[in-house]
Amino acid sequence: MPILEIAAKFGTYAVMAVILIFALGVVTFRNLFHCALCLAAALIGTAVIYVVLQAEYLAAIQILLYVGAVVTLIIFAIMLTEHLAGKTARQNNSQSLLAIVGLLGFVTLLATLILKTPWPVTPTALQAKNSVMGLGKALMGTYVFPFEVISIILIAALIGTVVIAKKDAPEEPL
Amino acid sequence: MNAIESLKYFIPELVLLGGAFVALTLDFFLKQKKLVGEFALLVIVVALCLAKAPEKPLPLFFGFFHLDALAHFFRYLALAAVGITILISLGYTPLKKRYEGEFYSLFLFMAFALILVAAANNLLMIFLAIEFISLLSYLLVGFLKNDPKSKEAAIKYLLFGSVCSGVMLYGMSLLYGAAGSIELSVIGDTLFFAPFKPLAITAALFFFVGLGFKISMAPFHMWAPDVYEGAPTPVTAFLTVAPKALGFAVLTRVLDSVFWNSQSVWSPVLVILSILTMTIGNITAVSQSNIKRFLAYSSIAQAGYILMGLAVFSILGRGAVLIYLLVYLLTNLGAFTVVLFVGGQTQSDSLDAYAGLSERSPTAAAMLTIFLLSLAGLPPLAGFIGKYYVFAAAIEGKFITLTIFAAINSVIAAYYYFRIIRLMYLTPATGPAFPAPSRSLTVALWALFLGVLALGIFPGFFITRILG
Repeated sequence: MPILEIAAKFGTYAVMAVILIFALGVVTFRNLFHCALCLAAALIGTAVIYVVLQAEYLAAIQILLYVGAVVTLIIFAIMLTEHLAGKTARQNNSQSLLAIVGLLGFVTLLATLILKTPWPVTPTALQAKNSVMGLGKALMGTYVFPFEVISIILIAALIGTVVIAKKDAPEEPL
Repeated sequence: MNAIESLKYFIPELVLLGGAFVALTLDFFLKQKKLVGEFALLVIVVALCLAKAPEKPLPLFFGFFHLDALAHFFRYLALAAVGITILISLGYTPLKKRYEGEFYSLFLFMAFALILVAAANNLLMIFLAIEFISLLSYLLVGFLKNDPKSKEAAIKYLLFGSVCSGVMLYGMSLLYGAAGSIELSVIGDTLFFAPFKPLAITAALFFFVGLGFKISMAPFHMWAPDVYEGAPTPVTAFLTVAPKALGFAVLTRVLDSVFWNSQSVWSPVLVILSILTMTIGNITAVSQSNIKRFLAYSSIAQAGYILMGLAVFSILGRGAVLIYLLVYLLTNLGAFTVVLFVGGQTQSDSLDAYAGLSERSPTAAAMLTIFLLSLAGLPPLAGFIGKYYVFAAAIEGKFITLTIFAAINSVIAAYYYFRIIRLMYLTPATGPAFPAPSRSLTVALWALFLGVLALGIFPGFFITRILG
């Protein structure tokens, strides 16, 4: 058993390291297409972490939504936009060094805080139902209001986006 | 309260939503797009009439829509702001070439979103509602997409906004992880004690970033001038008042339920932010040459004065915030209505267009003078009442440094407001007289003008109503 546990732990850390490497790729590669692929890989890695934490449904949604929809959309956009595909772009500028220093400070601060805090693990949190049925009941029961609000947000945003993207209205006949 | 029982208290919001969809449908059939705008106005008025003050706080929809006196006050404020914005947009020509009908229905959605913010009492609803407002704001700012400035403003707003939302969401996730609940009251009770304190303070600061962005608090105000300058003028008028007022609504709620126990930590932070915001806003406003940018910086400074009321953590301070927000809403919308009128006549937002305005349009010049004097806080106008209350709250709480800084800032502000008044009255006119403003603009102007006067002359009537 201990060997299995150690292996699982080691595997999880390995996955995390891979996610980090791909995430770095997203912000350093010069070719936009490569960045998008790295993003997909990083998102799949996150889904793996969800599986390890026994949130299978969340993992499935993560792959379906982010990898399946969002990244595909990004890749389509890159390929359909003529002057983007195949072009390279610099991802750093004169302030990059300053940003990295600030970021390191920020990460150190967060890491200390997260390690120092005794995160409460309550029995209710451990028994929380993250099954599809439990989620469905919650969305149609207690959480029905935020759920409906999200659909309104989406429709309003969609209408607005279409208006922005469309050509000008034709001149009205006099 | 469960969803079905809640519906009967939710009628004004349902009217708004239904109205938004009907407006979109009407847009198909009506050639005269102005009628869609008039329909939208009607919807707002109906919602205003149907909104009833709750007798006791009602946790509608299992507590996700917390309808209490504060939410009710901001509901009126939101509807008034959206109503006036639609009214002044009716005569806005650049809109004619774009999709005018959709513009009005997006504003109805916006009214709904603003009310959601006012009634949000947990992290989930706060985030959803703030994102709703932000998304609609980005879209409305970029509505005139053939105008390069409008496009630039929308992109800048989107980028700044997304980063701030991300930081805010991260802070929220830390708060939730440590407290195990999204309810503000539970978070306030659990955190800010021994082992959680450092984490809670950091997480709350992140949360603050998102809210600070909405109210254009320094140092998160960088987006404001560019966005306000580039956006279509009615949208600018709206953005300077409504999202800001609702940002303050959330801030009031958060400070009340989460930070009240640890005010010794937060009070100095807020005092510093307040001083910083008003000073940066005022000093930069002095050197502006575009009226929209000028009013943008002035509105940053005004946010600093409103923060004073929150920094003192007292009942009087909270009341002062509400009064100031109402005053500011009327005054700033009024000033922008004149800007919209002059901009429509001269096709320019530069300050030079205001030279000799008193000869070209005496009414517009007189109105703008009144609004600017009210922004400067001179009696007997509404602005004086607002300033009086925040100063009183600061002095009552013995925040002497804050009061001194605010007083110095008021003097600087008076200087640049008077500069515009001088420009309008003492410089010779450069062009012919303007025709009279359109009917909708006239109605909006007079309503706001009378509001500013009434609040200044009979403050007691309004204040007893606001403070209950």
